[in-house]
Amino acid sequence: MRGKQIGMWKFIHKLGSPKWCYQLCGRLQPAFWIAAAVLLAVGAVWSLAFSPPDYQMGDSYRIIYVHVPAAILAQSVFLAMTFASVVFLVWKIKLADMAASVMAPFGAAMTLLGLFSGAVWGIPTWGTWWTWDARLTSMLIQLFIYIGIIALRGAFARPEQGAKAVAVLTLVGVVNIPIIKYSVSWWNTLHQPATFTLTERPAMPESMWMPLLLMVLGFYCFFTALTLYRLRSEILKRESRTRWVREAVK
Amino acid sequence: MPLPESTSTAAPSPAPRGLAATCVRQVKRELAIARRRGSEWINPLLFQALVIVLFPLGISPEPALLATLAPGLLWVTALLAVLLSLDALFRSDFDDGSLEQMLLSPQPLPALCLAKTFAHWLLTGVPLSLIAPLLGLLLSLPAAGVATLMAALLLGSATFSLIGAVGAALTVSLPRGGVLLSLLILPFYIPVLIFGAGAVNAAIVGDPVAAPMALLGAMLALAIAGAPFAIAGALRISVDG
Repeated sequence: MRGKQIGMWKFIHKLGSPKWCYQLCGRLQPAFWIAAAVLLAVGAVWSLAFSPPDYQMGDSYRIIYVHVPAAILAQSVFLAMTFASVVFLVWKIKLADMAASVMAPFGAAMTLLGLFSGAVWGIPTWGTWWTWDARLTSMLIQLFIYIGIIALRGAFARPEQGAKAVAVLTLVGVVNIPIIKYSVSWWNTLHQPATFTLTERPAMPESMWMPLLLMVLGFYCFFTALTLYRLRSEILKRESRTRWVREAVK
Repeated sequence: MPLPESTSTAAPSPAPRGLAATCVRQVKRELAIARRRGSEWINPLLFQALVIVLFPLGISPEPALLATLAPGLLWVTALLAVLLSLDALFRSDFDDGSLEQMLLSPQPLPALCLAKTFAHWLLTGVPLSLIAPLLGLLLSLPAAGVATLMAALLLGSATFSLIGAVGAALTVSLPRGGVLLSLLILPFYIPVLIFGAGAVNAAIVGDPVAAPMALLGAMLALAIAGAPFAIAGALRISVDG
């Protein structure tokens, strides 16, 4: 037990070292790229070609296979950024800030994708691109918070100061996550409630939710692989003065 | 050797003051500065009044139409007026070094930030709520909504001041932080705007206003509990780097 604990601390301590993290990311990356490619390929073919059409919405419901994963990722990425910001503010581990900085644009892109796919889906089902529904509004706020975080980082001449300011803003911004999550339960809205919950079976047949689950997992693997890839570039950029980076890029 | 005392704070004090006394002094200091530089708190009020005048001229002077728009317009313009006043919240203190003195003070920084934000609310939120009935007249706001509008603005503008102070503290060290400040802060103002305007609309049609007012109060309570720590953290980042 004791040895295990010491081992864990050693692992965390090592994780704080940019060089070691760079190598670890490099080793983990291929597995996540492969998993993402397999899951997304199988999920896309299954969901677009083999899962049955909806009895009400017909084939237009298939937008769900992009819409739900994007919306889930938009929130998960923010939670991951919040976690990284806490680690950065409390333990001053610079790698945590690098991770938060490379995750933000992906989170913003996923929020935009969720809003866009929802707007496209809105035409056949609700008859409108946009409605001032609680879920839609809170997602739009989320997009502005992401943009604010990215803009704030860019505004500081000294990156270390910008990093801390962004971490504080991320911690403030996390209040929006529960609002998005519960917006469909607190208000009577046009938007349907959550598709997946941990405790209950989805309200659709297995042939519909299985490919959706694959797509969600595929999006997560893609996010992880991309984050590892971009984190490596970020480490090289910020540690460009150290000897090991010069030797690595020679 | 006596240390040089900052100009705007009080006379040299041999004995350390208590937290409550320091907070009272902080508020009094802000009020004294506002009394000497009146434009800083009067300009946002004038701004709101002018923007309100633009709507009847730009949309239509039709009283029925204006009455339906009035709650939202009054809230949006009050929100923008608060936003306009925020850039100056820490700016002059940052420039003349009083902010560093505040950070060096033995009193807990979040409490001092709360006192400073309270003074900001006294100088923006309270006057904005007081002139709201007058501006409501210009927009033919139904009389049933006036009391709720003032009460909701009092609650909501306090939340505006607290959230806005976080953004002002984050951007105070940036030379042109004004536009960025609005980008950072406006998303967080939306829930307050929704329930604030919702309360006034409910009062006008005769619905109970307890639920939206309670939510405004809940948001204020959350902001009082959390924002002072975020303001303090952001000020330390802006000043120390």
